[in-house]
Amino acid sequence: MGPLIPYDIIPFEWSSIIAIIIGLCFGFILEASGFSSSRKLAGVFYGYDFAVFKVFFTAAIVSLIGLLYMDYLGHIDISMLYIHPTYLWGAIIGGAIMGIGFIAGGFCPGTSLSAVAIGKIDAIINVLGIMVGVFIFSELYPLFEPIYNGYFYGNITLEDSLGINPYWFVFILTIVAIIMFAVTDMIRKRVKKVFY
Amino acid sequence: MKNKTQNRHIYWNPYFGGFLLGILIIFTFYITGRGLGASGAMKSSVVTIVDDVSHEHAEKSAYYSKFISGDKSPMNNWIVFETLGVLIGAFISGSISGRIGWRVQHSPKITRRRRLIFAFGGGILFGIGAQIARGCTSGAALSGMAVLSTGGFITMLAIFGTAYLFAYFFRKNWI
Repeated sequence: MGPLIPYDIIPFEWSSIIAIIIGLCFGFILEASGFSSSRKLAGVFYGYDFAVFKVFFTAAIVSLIGLLYMDYLGHIDISMLYIHPTYLWGAIIGGAIMGIGFIAGGFCPGTSLSAVAIGKIDAIINVLGIMVGVFIFSELYPLFEPIYNGYFYGNITLEDSLGINPYWFVFILTIVAIIMFAVTDMIRKRVKKVFY
Repeated sequence: MKNKTQNRHIYWNPYFGGFLLGILIIFTFYITGRGLGASGAMKSSVVTIVDDVSHEHAEKSAYYSKFISGDKSPMNNWIVFETLGVLIGAFISGSISGRIGWRVQHSPKITRRRRLIFAFGGGILFGIGAQIARGCTSGAALSGMAVLSTGGFITMLAIFGTAYLFAYFFRKNWI
């Protein structure tokens, strides 16, 4: 029964090695999907390449369905998993700032790292920028502290906040995603091609 | 030449990449009980640098001090090892497809300098935003969504929603 490390089925000492292996797969998938190219990433916002959207939502749905199945079959204890905490305004404001950073810089941290690995100089600059951003946040922490720690709702899921059945939610999300995939293909056909 | 440039852009089918990424997220949760991440390693690096330059300052700061614990280095951390893996994995994939090389990728309509300035500025914003939201696209949005976290969904909507809203102002950089 998983998760294996929190339940001590795999000893904690192995976690660094497992971290490297998991990261290796993550980096490989990002790079092979073309996420080391900022112009491919930005395509999702201008309609000339929807790879980001397709990879992101396929991954989200596969992992949602997979985790629910593994919980249902008793392979994983979903209550032991780390649920990203909800700080309402932190998520909204932080997300909005990241959104502007995304469209300006063309990378998010994970994709930026995969581009650093293949020698993209713009990605190296982007990673340095992210580090400067973290530094600015830390130095001005007292200023950000109210949104960082405020409006805390706990480690809640959509089941708690919307009262929705997770199985139905994932089912509906999957249908919506499939429709959206078809729509994006139609949009892409109408948008002027951009070669990069 | 043209053929060679085109070959460099042969990437995986996005559904295939997404499927494998989803399997990887399940596997990560199954083994470690938590999801993937990326910006965490950059935070650890900044904490380490600040701690090395001025230990006193790091101790006094309300934010850095959360991540310094006695004799354990902030770099000795799950996410830092994962990030090392990301660099190796991306390098392997890039080597197989011949995409390795020092270059600045930008639209032919803008200069290299402009691209680098925007890459830096965008990075700064992303760094600040990722701290406020306690995670980036991987750690908060993707890994949060995988366990139906409300915060994860809100962060995802905020990132993509704002990027779409502001895309118009940055269009010259990309199209």
